[in-house]
Amino acid sequence: MTTFLDNVLNGLALGSVYALVALGFVIIFKASGVINFAHGSLLLLGGYLTAVLHEDLGFAGALAVAVLATAAVAGLMDRFLLQVGGQDAHSAHVQTIVTIGVDIVILTDLSRRIGGDLLTLGDPWGDSVSGLGPITVADSRLAAIVVSTVVIAGVFALFRYTNWGLALRASAEDMEAAALMGVRLVRMRTLAWCLAGALAALAAVFLAAFPAPGLERTTGQIALKAFPAAILGGMASPPGALAGSLLIGLTEALVAGYQSELHVLGEGFGDVAPYAVMVLVLLVRPNGLFGAKGAARV
Amino acid sequence: MSELLRRYRAWTVLLVVLLCALPFYLDAFWLRIGLFSMAAAVGAVGLGLLSGTAGQLSLGHAFFLAVGAYGYVWLAGEPGPGLPPAVAVVLAVLLAGAAGGLFSPVAGRVRGIYLGVATLALVFLGHHVLLTADSITGGFNGRSVPPLELGGFTFTASDPELTLLGVPFGAEERLWYLSLALFALTWFTARGLRRGRPGRALVALRDSETAAAVMGVHVARYRSAAFVVSSMYAGLAGVMLALAFRRVVPDYFSLALSVDYLAMIVIGGLGSVAGATAGAVFVTALPLLMTRYADQLPLVAAPGTTDGAVGPTEAARYLYGAAIVLILLFAPDGLHGLVRRTRARIHRRRSAPKDADPATETHPPASAVRAKEPTP
Repeated sequence: MTTFLDNVLNGLALGSVYALVALGFVIIFKASGVINFAHGSLLLLGGYLTAVLHEDLGFAGALAVAVLATAAVAGLMDRFLLQVGGQDAHSAHVQTIVTIGVDIVILTDLSRRIGGDLLTLGDPWGDSVSGLGPITVADSRLAAIVVSTVVIAGVFALFRYTNWGLALRASAEDMEAAALMGVRLVRMRTLAWCLAGALAALAAVFLAAFPAPGLERTTGQIALKAFPAAILGGMASPPGALAGSLLIGLTEALVAGYQSELHVLGEGFGDVAPYAVMVLVLLVRPNGLFGAKGAARV
Repeated sequence: MSELLRRYRAWTVLLVVLLCALPFYLDAFWLRIGLFSMAAAVGAVGLGLLSGTAGQLSLGHAFFLAVGAYGYVWLAGEPGPGLPPAVAVVLAVLLAGAAGGLFSPVAGRVRGIYLGVATLALVFLGHHVLLTADSITGGFNGRSVPPLELGGFTFTASDPELTLLGVPFGAEERLWYLSLALFALTWFTARGLRRGRPGRALVALRDSETAAAVMGVHVARYRSAAFVVSSMYAGLAGVMLALAFRRVVPDYFSLALSVDYLAMIVIGGLGSVAGATAGAVFVTALPLLMTRYADQLPLVAAPGTTDGAVGPTEAARYLYGAAIVLILLFAPDGLHGLVRRTRARIHRRRSAPKDADPATETHPPASAVRAKEPTP
């Protein structure tokens, strides 16, 4: 039972970090119809900046700078490399490939700088643990759950109560109508990219914190796990992304936790289990768990 | 149409003669680039049928390449049934098609981006299987590829020894002609598919699912069929790559490979066989060439220096990434569109020839895409 609770808590922590990344994906997709392949590099960029700046600025200062800088990079990338191509569905395909190019450039540069090193981010939790009833859990995991919950709640509030959120939802519904109502598509889009970049930078902190050994050049690949999370929930639904992320986190933690019972499936199946779950869900519900089945207009 | 054909026939013949003559002049490095490019072109044409013609996004192409490559190695090698290699090639292609068919309950129902990410799962699950099923795939270290043999003629450096016009014919030269033949087969079958009834049905499906269904196109069946055909092309490309590499390892068939194929068809221009080919050559050859010649560029250090300098491999990656971004910034409709626009400009004085390609007419004209650009 203790093992089970351990695994569940681990899964929740992992899932809440995935949720930060997946939410970024979904925001970008909703605002621009682009799948952002550069999300992993943005995440790595945030982590790298925190790592190199924390000795001078302290952890909080470094994180603030990293979040702002990553947001700025994401925004600039959208404004000057992607939006040049236009707003329609055909160019969304092309822009998706442009993000691959950007990803290659950023990733090459960061890999060159990081090399084989493991960077510490200087987070305040270190390797301390707390007892929660019968189970012990790393403080960084608890922090991940708490911070993600607060941030995600904040993002949902942004969607619900601000003009920008309204504009985003309106333009996701019908881009032309939104533009006619005075929504500035260009600015709305760029802000969405900035927000997604900021979320990715924040997620990097928890991905590199204890029990993980630190920030490596492969940390950004974790962003790929957020793909199934976003799809599971239905790509256009932020609450769905949240549910999908928790499901993915729990699956991964439980499969890894009970690895010895599941050795038929081979070593390291925990890493690929999320994808298996995703295929099963898509077989039953082709639009994801929360995705609306769009009515076709002739 | 026939006038158009006559004008391009001379160029086509010239191109074919040139491609056939190349092995007599180029060394193994260039020939190998050609082999990889032709293999990639076969795969890209297959993906182009799925994405460009049917409008489905697939990130699982690396998986089907792996099925083809490993299928051939297992079927023709030891351990394995040890079939004649030529039979193994055919069976490996069919195996890749069958793998695509098994995925069709998903591929037939799931659309666009959802299919893209669902196929992403194939790459990761496939990679896991390749690492785990040691007895068939050789695990992490992979397996060496048995050479192809066709009626007593082996595609290696010897057996039989062959020297034509003073040029010794090694494995690269022989495989060059094989790849060329397989590529020609791909080219004609894919064009036939695209211009015939199935291609038109798929284009209709891409543009409006409802309208196509009303016109009598069986939506799920055509989607699955497109997926199966595209998997078979990928399987063939996998076999060609395996023959060129002479060793298959799981790490090659990663997500990065799938992404490369997606980049090929978009850089080339969606929905055209020639475009997919051009994109494949670009994406395959560029990194290889850059890695080889990067040390002659300014600001690039010799390989092995560690103090934060930019090495040749990294320089190649930078340039590759930047090239993708720049091409798509200045030619959003890919190399194919770039060529078409240039050609239109050249022939503006003549009566504009009607474009024979049915799919290109359905794209928004270049001017419509460009009109929305803000002035820089």
